[in-house]
Amino acid sequence: MSPAEKKAEQKAEHPGRGRKIVIRILEYAALIFAAFWALIPVVSCVITAFKTPDEYANTNVMTLPKSWLYFTNFQGAWEKANMGLSFVNSFLILAVVLVCCILISSMLAFVLNRFKFRGNGLIRNLFLFASLVPGIAMQVTVYQIMYKLGLINSLPGYMLLLMGTDVISIYIFLQFFENLSVSLDESAILDGCTYFGVFFKILLPLLKPAIVTVLILKGVSTYNEYYMANLYLQDKTVYPVVSTCLYTFSGPMGTQYNFICAGVLITVIPILIIFLIFQKQVYRGLAAGAVKG
Amino acid sequence: MKQTGKKQAPVHTTSLRSIRGQQRLVTVLFMIVPLFLLILFTYLPFAKMIQFSFFNMKYTGTRRFIGWQNYISVFTRSDIFPALKLSLFYMAGAVIQMALALFFATMLTGKLKGGAFFKGALFFPYLICGIAVGYIFKFFFTHGFVLDTLLTSVGFKLQNLPYWLKDTRINNIMLAGTSVWRYLGQNMIMFIGAMMSVDEDVYEAAMIDGANAWQKFWSITMPGIKTMVVLNLILSISGSLSAFEPPYVITNGTFGTGTYFVVMDRIAHVNLKVGLASAMAVVLMILIILVTVLQKVVSHLMLDEDETGHTYRERRAEKKRQAAQAAK
Repeated sequence: MSPAEKKAEQKAEHPGRGRKIVIRILEYAALIFAAFWALIPVVSCVITAFKTPDEYANTNVMTLPKSWLYFTNFQGAWEKANMGLSFVNSFLILAVVLVCCILISSMLAFVLNRFKFRGNGLIRNLFLFASLVPGIAMQVTVYQIMYKLGLINSLPGYMLLLMGTDVISIYIFLQFFENLSVSLDESAILDGCTYFGVFFKILLPLLKPAIVTVLILKGVSTYNEYYMANLYLQDKTVYPVVSTCLYTFSGPMGTQYNFICAGVLITVIPILIIFLIFQKQVYRGLAAGAVKG
Repeated sequence: MKQTGKKQAPVHTTSLRSIRGQQRLVTVLFMIVPLFLLILFTYLPFAKMIQFSFFNMKYTGTRRFIGWQNYISVFTRSDIFPALKLSLFYMAGAVIQMALALFFATMLTGKLKGGAFFKGALFFPYLICGIAVGYIFKFFFTHGFVLDTLLTSVGFKLQNLPYWLKDTRINNIMLAGTSVWRYLGQNMIMFIGAMMSVDEDVYEAAMIDGANAWQKFWSITMPGIKTMVVLNLILSISGSLSAFEPPYVITNGTFGTGTYFVVMDRIAHVNLKVGLASAMAVVLMILIILVTVLQKVVSHLMLDEDETGHTYRERRAEKKRQAAQAAK
């Protein structure tokens, strides 16, 4: 059989095989084009962060740096923006907010899902309505309350604010409880376990997938939160966090992009590492968080 | 919503009382903190916001009751209500973003070689801090920098290129574009999640019947994920109304890029006109609540599935059919 005949036969068996290959190529072309635009802003930042001041001043922005081992910009950004302290503050905030947020929302979801009592529906709706209120709109009056409570320039105050307003985690836990059989609780109670025991010893360990989801979603939003940090942690020398310290670059160093890009990369790297490790959980968490609507 | 938990198992009547007591204790203890925080940081400020919106006041000092004057200002001042028009740019961006997200999600749901890389590349911008995104795009759009370099390398002349962030004809489009850049991947991942739940067998059956990709998309994928698409579309309206970060960080609201929230932030925290800012917040919140009610109505009528997997419309059609049969 000649190659031409073979081809013809194949074509008869799979009509549009050639077309399929063309479509595949077009698909890849579209994806590569999209990935290019998704990555190029970040890549340009990486290129710039490794340039010496001389290179930065005299070469085109997309020219690669001579050495990929020139770390002076990173060092400069780290020191000038007080990034060491910012990371300490941010991780402290993350640790406290995440632990409290998970405890608070899972406990609330437990009560709302397991117990029938007057006001159950009302409380659910109160939380639901709270999620409609755009956060920034509210800060005008939240500021006044924080001011009266003496919680301006206070890490605990900021932490309290972040853990108090999280409706999405409550919904993720509520959803998860719906799929946890009540018979688990019942048999434990029959064995003489208290409700505290049921929650902490039996259900909490079973909530692990939901906890991971909340950790990722809440963790990323807390780490990236800027507006409230700027508003309530005003003393930027004592209470800088990662996002607010980044903003200090817009002042005197506003056009020195070699420093700025280095600073941006320093803050992005922890997120990148977490993303690469937990990719699957991140995607799953996002889909779970979306169902709430 | 009242029917939330099942009744406890029948236990001896003596211990039943202690279980009831325990339930009550746990209910109170577990809810006291979240409810306290909810009232302190949501409902108290909410009430105050409505109260403040009728006063001429700053954060400290005397306040003067002025009735509806703040609300009249919201609609008549030249810098406030027109700022809402800018959200049209972000809405258009959101529609384009959703179309692109659907397009890429369809490709990446199948087993494509290198799919994980493309997924990751498109999604990662979502995880970057808003301030960092701001810097990245300030650098990207500055005259003669990244975008201009890319365009000159494919033949454009630098002197013919506009100032992306200063030219009032295009700067809002560029800012909405950064929003698309940031959220496209997130949207795509949500669509992929929805598409995965569409039954694999249906696709195979369609393939045997000789359906092409376009037909498969419109008659199988789309019906399967329409809930997600409609909800996202409506959510994007409220998102666009409250667009804030791109103009705040990249242009600081200059050159006609100040969205409603950027203006509100300035009025509240720079001009310290707390009353006016509160009125602005109330007006926007009413708009957002209207949009959300619309979303709830739409999703209830068209998309809410009951236990049997039928939507309200389907159930009604079914009822009618049964009634007609009964009449016979």
